[in-house]
Amino acid sequence: MSVLVYINSANGLHKSAFEAVTYGKKLGGDVTVITTGNTDSGTLASLGKYGASKVLVDRSFKGEDDQQLTRVIASAAEQTAASTVVFSHDLTAKAVAPRLSVRLKAGLVSGAIDVPSGDGTVKVNVFSGKAFGAVKVNSGKKIISLLPNSLQPEETGVDCGVEDFNGNAGESKVKVLSTKKPEGEIPLPEAELVVSAGRGLKGPENWGIVEDLAKALGAATACSRPVADIGWRPHHEHVGQTGVAIRPNLYIAAGISGAIQHLAGVNGSKVMVVINTDPEAPFFKAADYGVIGDAFEVLPKLTEAVKKFKASGN
Amino acid sequence: MPSFENLGFMKILVCISKAPDTTSKIAFVDNNTRFDENGVQYIVNPYDEWYSLVRALEIKETIGGNVTIITVGTATDEAVIRKALAIGADDAVRIDADPTDAYYTAVQIAEYAKTNGFDLVLTGKETINYNGSQVGGMIAEALDLPFISLASKLDVNGTTLTLEKEIVGGLQVVEVALPAVVSCAKGMAEQRIPNMRGIMAARTKPLQVVAPVAVDLLTSYEGYSMPAAKSACKMIDPSNMDELVALLHNEAKVI
Repeated sequence: MSVLVYINSANGLHKSAFEAVTYGKKLGGDVTVITTGNTDSGTLASLGKYGASKVLVDRSFKGEDDQQLTRVIASAAEQTAASTVVFSHDLTAKAVAPRLSVRLKAGLVSGAIDVPSGDGTVKVNVFSGKAFGAVKVNSGKKIISLLPNSLQPEETGVDCGVEDFNGNAGESKVKVLSTKKPEGEIPLPEAELVVSAGRGLKGPENWGIVEDLAKALGAATACSRPVADIGWRPHHEHVGQTGVAIRPNLYIAAGISGAIQHLAGVNGSKVMVVINTDPEAPFFKAADYGVIGDAFEVLPKLTEAVKKFKASGN
Repeated sequence: MPSFENLGFMKILVCISKAPDTTSKIAFVDNNTRFDENGVQYIVNPYDEWYSLVRALEIKETIGGNVTIITVGTATDEAVIRKALAIGADDAVRIDADPTDAYYTAVQIAEYAKTNGFDLVLTGKETINYNGSQVGGMIAEALDLPFISLASKLDVNGTTLTLEKEIVGGLQVVEVALPAVVSCAKGMAEQRIPNMRGIMAARTKPLQVVAPVAVDLLTSYEGYSMPAAKSACKMIDPSNMDELVALLHNEAKVI
């Protein structure tokens, strides 16, 4: 059996890349990585540590048009006779994996949260995280896109070879006019720790106490829908049903009541801490740890406690 | 595909799916192999309705055109189709089949689109029950058209579209020539509430039922399970944040 893993290396390699390669290795068989762009070969070779036996890189193509990227991945799948193609379930996968499914006539499992079970089915979130489904792929070829933070990357090997690859991307029908990327932030879907706040913070000028806690923890910041809608925080920070769905190890929510639509975006979190003045806030029912109190008092105290904890050598 | 003969008249196909109302109780029957529909109210999947259908109507109102909604579903889904017609779509197509697999569903819609010719095919970002985000990209590949995934803005300039879309860690503005397939996310349009005139008109709008073409099912849902019940929330004194940090480190082991 041969597994092909697509890695988006446009911004270097992130944890989600190591997770996807680890997942490919766990499926069994030989793992080849396909990527595009300019990331140096030394960096790409490190994917061997997680189980890749080879990295193919199409340097002629920057990976911006999904239709072209589909062709490149399909060529690599053909060359390696891959029976399974693995993606990290990010925005690129959402655009490319369905195309590839039709092109290869391979059943697609979107947002897998575990390796296939004994009967070959793959576990996914359904009903916006309120339940799990077991998906069976009936076709010979499979595509699985793995939700970030669903398994720990495992270093089992050594650096692997990196080969240039021409995937025949073909013509592009999409013209990119401009690209805007926030600098130096942890991408929210990949963050292991997330500090989030809502309307309880009363105004954008009060976000300093949220950012202080995030900084002390090394966490990403997020927010609830109303806060993004009224422009207190940028839209890419909005977690919930209509925003980003995340599954960090720790989610700290301050001043968010926990409406069902918000929970749909965060209920995959391993541990949830809820800080709210209202003891009746529905979020407490979903939380692991609750603090009934004013975010303006609790957050700075929590930040101090985290700093003290870190200073004690942790 | 589409000839785009008449500038100023766009043929738009909006793909809709039914979805259980967001407040529905989620439970499963038949040894956890089937969703329990007992007492469940079905609505038009919110992303299909709020973002793609409403944006299609706005385009039609600005430059002229026709908005057709299409769904793959059984006769019981016609109530949901009438809701979408009440919001303002001109006509509807129901492919008479149970949409259990995204590939099956996408190929049915692509076949219809190929035969009937459309300038623009819109889908919502995902359904709120299966969250697969698959059908739009699959339709595009089956039709060999460009697919703009998760667009938050869509403007028509003659025969090209200018779109704003999310990319990994940022935002991109792209231009693409019609015909194209677009999946619509938040920001695209505002929700519209159907008025009485719309609801009355929807009763008599054309709803065509089309037999499905033969397509393999590439995937199937074999069973469902519910998350383990959460243990009760442990309450911490707001003045004792050292305790919370200690619990997160020693008990939850997340920091």
